[in-house]
Amino acid sequence: MLTKRIIPCLDIKEGRVVKGVKFLGLRDAGDPVEVAQAYDRQKADELVFLDITASFENRKTLIALVAKIAANIYMPFTVGGGIRDIGDIRDLLNAGADKVSINTAGIKFPGLISDAARKFGSQCIVVAIDAKRQTDKWEVFINGGRTATGQDAVEWAKEVARLGAGEILLTSMDYDGTKDGYDLALTKSISESVSIPVIASGGAGKLEDFYNCFSQTKADACLAASIFHYQEFTVGQVKEYLKEREVAVRI
Amino acid sequence: MIIIVDYGMGNIHSVQKALEALGAKTIVSNKPADIAAADKIVLPGVGAFDDAILELEKQGLIDPLKDYIRQDKPFLGICLGMQILFEASEEAALKKGLGIFKGKVKKFIPGPKLKVPHMGWNQLKARSSPLLKGVGDGEFVYFCHSYYPDPAEKDIVIATTDYGCDFASIVGRGNIFGVQFHPEKSQETGLKILKNFIAL
Repeated sequence: MLTKRIIPCLDIKEGRVVKGVKFLGLRDAGDPVEVAQAYDRQKADELVFLDITASFENRKTLIALVAKIAANIYMPFTVGGGIRDIGDIRDLLNAGADKVSINTAGIKFPGLISDAARKFGSQCIVVAIDAKRQTDKWEVFINGGRTATGQDAVEWAKEVARLGAGEILLTSMDYDGTKDGYDLALTKSISESVSIPVIASGGAGKLEDFYNCFSQTKADACLAASIFHYQEFTVGQVKEYLKEREVAVRI
Repeated sequence: MIIIVDYGMGNIHSVQKALEALGAKTIVSNKPADIAAADKIVLPGVGAFDDAILELEKQGLIDPLKDYIRQDKPFLGICLGMQILFEASEEAALKKGLGIFKGKVKKFIPGPKLKVPHMGWNQLKARSSPLLKGVGDGEFVYFCHSYYPDPAEKDIVIATTDYGCDFASIVGRGNIFGVQFHPEKSQETGLKILKNFIAL
């Protein structure tokens, strides 16, 4: 049976993990490779790396880092942040990323999603959607959540699936950082509107949050950052909790 | 020496690093002479079926690969590198496959209960095979694909995986193997499979 995935997310700036990772037993908690290996040992199902600097000069650092991660972990990982064109996608995939995550450029140039899917296969093209509640709907934001687009998140999700995206990484801007749990209404709405996998993101603070997301929505994966980085829970603990409640997970 | 065939279809470094971490010596190559002289070949691949065949044709690799496979020397096709061993694919508008195995590659039909791509960790239901030494029934491997092989000869099916149907996730005959999942991304289980391939 296909299992639900638990995905730690790491923010990367100039080749280093930022926002703090407090793992015992790491020589250097800012080294993405060491952190990735720690999550590999915890049997995380995948990893997501988001480059939050994403400047032009920084691209080379990022590519070198992706190659180093790929050489040292034997699990799938996605890289996002600052992807502008097919060349950026090719560089990341060639360096060893399994999937790339497109956000702002997908809204600005929807053709990039279809071109990339045709060229590299849908399975490696993730579209990240940052959504925020606006009275009776959710609106898509870009540029790291700074710019409103007027685009309805559910409609955009359907559109990216039609364009050939293989997966949606859905972040609730209202819940992100609150630790109040995932945005179940948003996640349910989007995961029921498309037939590609959806990763829920934003708000994980307790073990129940993962369970609620999997039992009340059609999300295929839950992404979390601080809950894992600060060792409040290990990936293994989350999975044991889910398994006891009959959610299919890989232990 | 393991030759990893680099024909321009996606990243080959992950599989190379995994094989080397297991102690194998590898060469990445697209030279027909290297293929002819190889002891073992790994054919990776992500992307589209037509593009893969076009690239192999362009680089003059179709006949060397067929010759190599005919000698029953150890061969491992991964993901698209496995699919192109079949006769045809529903994905392909232009090209035929290598036809090493009879049957064709089909698309998962998305539905309310079946998301496509099939993405994530799923289980192997396997019969015994030298490729699966030490791999227990029901172990998990990582999948990431929208198409799956449908072999015409059921005796080549070494493992199946349940996703809407029981599809063939490992196929093989003699020393020629193909896997739909990514062993280089499947943590311990994947490394066991690669180790078994190295030991063939």
